[in-house]
Amino acid sequence: MTPAGVKTGLDSSRPSLAPYLLSLPVFLLFVSIVLIPIVMTVLLSFHDWGQYKGIEPVFILKNWREIWSDSYFHEMFARTFRIAIAVTVLTALFGAPEAYILNRMRSPWRGIFLLIILGPLLISVVARTLGWALLFGGNSGVVNKALMNLGLISSPTPFMFTETGVIVALTHVLMPYMVLAVWASLQRLDPQIENAAVSLGASQFTILRRIVLPQVIPGILSGAIIVFALAASAFATPAIIGGRRLKVASTLAYDEFLNTLNWPLGAAVATLLLLALIFIIVISNRLVERRYGEMMQ
Amino acid sequence: MSRNGWLALTYHALFVTFMVAPIVVVCIVAFTPEGYLSFPTERLSLRWFRAIGDYPEFITAFWRSVWLGALSSAIAVGFSVPAALAIARYQFAGREALTALLMSPLMIPHVVLGIAFLRFFTQIGLGGTLIALVLSHIVIVLPFAVRLTLASATGFDRSIEQAAISLGASETTLVRRITLPLIVPGLASGWALAFINSFDEVTMTVFVSAPGTETLPVRMFLYIQDNIDPLVTSVSASVIAITTVALVLLDRIYGLERLLVGRGREER
Repeated sequence: MTPAGVKTGLDSSRPSLAPYLLSLPVFLLFVSIVLIPIVMTVLLSFHDWGQYKGIEPVFILKNWREIWSDSYFHEMFARTFRIAIAVTVLTALFGAPEAYILNRMRSPWRGIFLLIILGPLLISVVARTLGWALLFGGNSGVVNKALMNLGLISSPTPFMFTETGVIVALTHVLMPYMVLAVWASLQRLDPQIENAAVSLGASQFTILRRIVLPQVIPGILSGAIIVFALAASAFATPAIIGGRRLKVASTLAYDEFLNTLNWPLGAAVATLLLLALIFIIVISNRLVERRYGEMMQ
Repeated sequence: MSRNGWLALTYHALFVTFMVAPIVVVCIVAFTPEGYLSFPTERLSLRWFRAIGDYPEFITAFWRSVWLGALSSAIAVGFSVPAALAIARYQFAGREALTALLMSPLMIPHVVLGIAFLRFFTQIGLGGTLIALVLSHIVIVLPFAVRLTLASATGFDRSIEQAAISLGASETTLVRRITLPLIVPGLASGWALAFINSFDEVTMTVFVSAPGTETLPVRMFLYIQDNIDPLVTSVSASVIAITTVALVLLDRIYGLERLLVGRGREER
């Protein structure tokens, strides 16, 4: 990279105000309608609320204490992160091999299947979840029939309104992100290394284990971080498949805001979800970068 | 490059089946002639597509989603052009921080953004209004607009600009006649990707919209919460059809891979 002054000509050599002026509009937009609302939400979580008095702008720890001490919230947060971990593991387990297979395809197949697999990313999540609701549909659902015909299960398993159902549907919804991340890391892989391994007599399995896997692990990890964050905060899929009883953090917050109208408690749940996610993402990014820093560049 | 073996291809077939099954099922059930959900259906009929016409709430929500997506994406692109130029061309203190800030709506869970917007807009007296809807959508589509604008602002041949300068072009002429025309294709695809994301957004919008300002995905979501019937599958199938057409067009024009991974197919 050449120094800024040389590479553009727009900003000769004087230290310039231009970049700050150029980015000022977007900066102001963010401060006014992202930063301020989030700070307001955090503050809201310390306010009091009552059935008849509504929101009282005081500073108390009532909501936080409630989340801290009530086992209902512990269970709900445990469920949220259990689902997120299961979805992350499943997408990595099934998505990474598929990205590898896709990468070995020839055009036009490669382009066609890439479109089919990544395309759902841009199709409404409500429509995709509706598809799972139709497939699961009660004891006579298509999925149950198929599993029983294959002899994998002997009696119908409930999928609707269960954690299993939410995990399957979310794995489908978030799978493209994992394939995309692994695909991107495969693009950086030099095919000559594989060819060299073949010419030295390595078996297909050895090549996979010793050459390909170590190089795509950063891709799998960065995909896992994205999938985990999105799974832990997913809303539409757990709301539709999980129904009204199987609550996760985001659907509980929704309930507090739009049904119970206990906004301060809902704000506390949302703040906690945000903090937990930021903490997990920052820590895992650190670990990934420390371990694979030079390969990510 | 070696070919995939039969084991790999079997796996691939199962994987693709898993990915398309729910989408295909929605499209099949949408053509049922029955008054209830039936799969597989024996006969096909357009009954439930015609029925959409009797539910103006879906139609108005659809058009609201369209113009909301178009408008907020256009404004987001407008905001992202100067910022992308600043990031692409200058080294300045806070450059990394600015990039991180612009990408942050991708990392903040949409449910948290939705709650924050609900609180904020209610507090300033704009709760449930169209203005609130547009402002919140600008924020969530901005990262997509910025990414593609940035890609096109860094990607083109600088010597053209240098030629213009050496021929005596002023800074405004340079930007107006050379820089902007060169990044317009990137802006168009940034707008398109932003539009699709705005059009599909439900998690954040469900908090910001009110009865009367619901978008199509929100309307569909609230409908499904109450009951699932063939009507909502035909609406979903229509949405899937529209998105698929847009997707194939985008892939033809710009390349889906470049759109999502940020890397061009011509680079290989």
